[in-house]
Amino acid sequence: MNLLKSYFLPRLSQWLITILIGVTVTFILPRLLPTDPVERTLSTLSSLQTMDPRAVESLKEALEDLYGLGGSPFEQYINYWKRLIRGDLGPSLSAFPTPVIEIIGAGLPWTVGLLTCTIFISWILGIVLGTLAGYLPKKLWCQIMDKIFISIYPIPYYILALILVMAFCYHFQVFPLVGGASGKPEISWSYLSSILWHSFLPATSLIVGSTAFRFIMAKALTSTIIASDYVNYAETAGLSRWRIVLFYVIRNTLLPQATDLGLSIGGIFSGTVITEIVFSYPGIGYSLYMGLLQADFNLILGITVFSIVGIATAALLVDLSYPLLDPRVRYK
Amino acid sequence: MKIIKDLFKYHLSFRFGAIILLLIFLLATLSFFSPYEAAKRRVVPKNEAPSFDHIFGTTSLGQDVFWILTFAIRNTLIIAGLAVLIGRSIAVILGSFSGYVGGTTDRILQSIVDSFIVIPRLPLLILISFVLKGELNFLHLALILGFLDIAWPSKRYRSQILSLREQEFTYTAVFSGMNTFKIILKEHFPFFIPYLLADAVSGFLWAIGIEITLAVLGLCDLTTPTIGTMIYWGNYYQALLMQRLWVLAAPVITSIFIVVGFYLISTSLSEYLDPRTRLKRLGTRE
Amino acid sequence: MSIIAEAKHLKAYYITQSYGIERTVKAVDDISIEIKEKEVLGIAGESGCGKSTLLKVLLGTIDPPLKIVDGTMQYEFEESYNVLSMSKDEIKQIRWTQVSYIPQGSMHVLNPVRKIRDIFHDFIATHQNLNKSETTKLSQDYLQKLGLSGQVMNAYPHQLSGGMRQRVTIALATILSPKLVFADEPTTALDVLVQRGVVQLLKEIQQREGSTLVLVSHDMGVHANLADRIAILYAGKLVEEAETQSIFKNPLHPYTQYLIESLPRLDDKTERSSIPGRPPALDNPPEGCRFHPRCPHAMDVCTKEVPPLVDIGEGHKTACFLVSEEKT
Repeated sequence: MNLLKSYFLPRLSQWLITILIGVTVTFILPRLLPTDPVERTLSTLSSLQTMDPRAVESLKEALEDLYGLGGSPFEQYINYWKRLIRGDLGPSLSAFPTPVIEIIGAGLPWTVGLLTCTIFISWILGIVLGTLAGYLPKKLWCQIMDKIFISIYPIPYYILALILVMAFCYHFQVFPLVGGASGKPEISWSYLSSILWHSFLPATSLIVGSTAFRFIMAKALTSTIIASDYVNYAETAGLSRWRIVLFYVIRNTLLPQATDLGLSIGGIFSGTVITEIVFSYPGIGYSLYMGLLQADFNLILGITVFSIVGIATAALLVDLSYPLLDPRVRYK
Repeated sequence: MKIIKDLFKYHLSFRFGAIILLLIFLLATLSFFSPYEAAKRRVVPKNEAPSFDHIFGTTSLGQDVFWILTFAIRNTLIIAGLAVLIGRSIAVILGSFSGYVGGTTDRILQSIVDSFIVIPRLPLLILISFVLKGELNFLHLALILGFLDIAWPSKRYRSQILSLREQEFTYTAVFSGMNTFKIILKEHFPFFIPYLLADAVSGFLWAIGIEITLAVLGLCDLTTPTIGTMIYWGNYYQALLMQRLWVLAAPVITSIFIVVGFYLISTSLSEYLDPRTRLKRLGTRE
Repeated sequence: MSIIAEAKHLKAYYITQSYGIERTVKAVDDISIEIKEKEVLGIAGESGCGKSTLLKVLLGTIDPPLKIVDGTMQYEFEESYNVLSMSKDEIKQIRWTQVSYIPQGSMHVLNPVRKIRDIFHDFIATHQNLNKSETTKLSQDYLQKLGLSGQVMNAYPHQLSGGMRQRVTIALATILSPKLVFADEPTTALDVLVQRGVVQLLKEIQQREGSTLVLVSHDMGVHANLADRIAILYAGKLVEEAETQSIFKNPLHPYTQYLIESLPRLDDKTERSSIPGRPPALDNPPEGCRFHPRCPHAMDVCTKEVPPLVDIGEGHKTACFLVSEEKT
């Protein structure tokens, strides 16, 4: 148990540090503007709509905490944290007075759904294909796959998504262009299947890019592991190929890839944001974009802070499950 | 240099990547001979499909797609190049410093670096660009991109330094009384520089990808032609809906060539430099 | 004693091609040797003399860039097996049940993410149709017979000490009672006490199962303890072959003489001498006798012709013009 503490504790503290640094960065950024951002926002908002004076007051309070310049920097910082810990990210400016956290809540299931599906599928595909390609590098189909993935990997997520949209939404008109689903939200086959239908293309675009990365990683790792002593010995002893691939190769390549997963969640999330924008998929990435178009600074700030905390936490959870995979960490 | 000659002769992917990049650089230099100025609009008839006069067609802003593309390539490459230069330089200093100094300083620095690796960069970038709205020109963009791509590279450089430190020849040098700085310069640098080059090339990938993404979201200076802004304007004028594919196809296809070219170069370079893969390539199984 | 395995004029080279540069390393250059049933044959030599490659060829694990250029390798079990012409699958059939291998560096040959019990099951079940509980019982009994605690079964490799791992690997290699066992430097990287334990273990297994053991080691002490016959390898060629006693009491080849001379002796406090010079690189070996640049008795013929392995008497063979000329 002591050792688990020596493993868990550092990671927990790193999690806290990451959140600390991320939140501090978001604290500093809006205050870099020469003019008071609160005044700016309030004047912009009041020019767009007339508001209930009490609503304005609560808005002003929120803004002061979030990016106001009142009081010493230290006081500002504390107030900022106080707001965040309460989960209060202020009201959205474009959808006033809906709280930002509510908008995030609405979009979150879509994003998380997309994210987890992508990670799951691209991981399995990437690892299986990559390991096979690393184990049987001379086979033709492995070499073809290699060439294909090498060409896909460097392409930015945006371009991949755009190509898919161009091909399947405009040219071949197969998939719907907008939205996450059609019809009323309910537990019915038609609604659920429309979710699948709408998310097929966005998911594919994400999965293609992520699988390419996993494939390349898995292939490289496999090439190293098959040169290791224990794989060589197992082969000398005549163990069957599938047994070697499963228990001797993949099991061992999983370890560095698991460490890698925590670090790459941020990248996949960025890809998700882009994909949502291209496909108008109603997740928090899309809300971020909307916030951008409508100059809704609260929303942008709120989503950024939220995603930093969310991803740091996801990375922590992944890291904490590593001992399950590696007996060298589990038992000293 | 011998490395480049060797790679070109014997390594297929390097040859491929090099040829692609050569073409791209050619196009970029063509921008200096463009009959139209980059910033001018409505210099040619709008929305024309590819023809003899305008091989890639024209845009909705009245610009020749081909010539704008040459400017776009040049600008995108410059932005990415600056970003890589700035970013990797800082990463080298940070990574080497952390690696050589070691101890608590190293641990603290690594903790900060790890935080930046986890933090998703795109939302942060959107936030930054929004805050700096209007002030985001070329140079600022390159600076920000550079700063945001320090974490991972500095970690890689640090581990290179760490492994160099543990090598036999380092101990020999230390025991023979060689001054630390001299050791770093004379013994370690020759190993480090090629690695740095191969790694720097891969920095282009992220920088270009992010430049495109940011421009498409409308976050940078939209008057300067870059690959990203070409796509932005294409979308703005509904190129997809209006079946004016050439406006988008040109930058999209070009961007694919650019990144694939850079990627092939960087992987073949690092494969060449890695003694293990060299040995393995000589005798693979089955 | 009948012959259980025979190598004839084996030539195995590493041929590599990279960026237009071709390089050939003649690791095994015309080696012929007989392995007799139930004996312990020691193969001795310095690092880089081709011992490990020879072992690979004897075992039949030939992977690129290693290439068999000439020669045959035959096993004589109940059936004859022409090792070099068999397919990979055919060879794997007789592994572990007839031919086995104890590798160098047994620290790393056990899969780090698998328990010892599962590793044993993997290896046994490949060759025999037994389920998990049967293999576990078999392994446990065998380990206990060898003096290893049954607890080992539930451990992961990293939880065991280096010496334990070496012994587990030896058990793993011999559990199906193979007739021919190849061991590559089984005592290297172990401390002296553990070395002794390993040597005892090997002796015990060999005697009890009546198997043939081929032992590769640069440690003459191990050979003195275990081997019935010793073959000395130098720069890819066999330079001497004789019964252990003869090698130690009457080394004929100058190289062997140096080897024996350099061993410490309890009763002799004079300074040990080592051989001048260094072993040759195998991609560009010297002309004629490969040892001639370092040999104090080198003659003119030694620089031109390769001395053949000649039987001097009572099975004591040596490849040296000096010795063979003396006898004629």
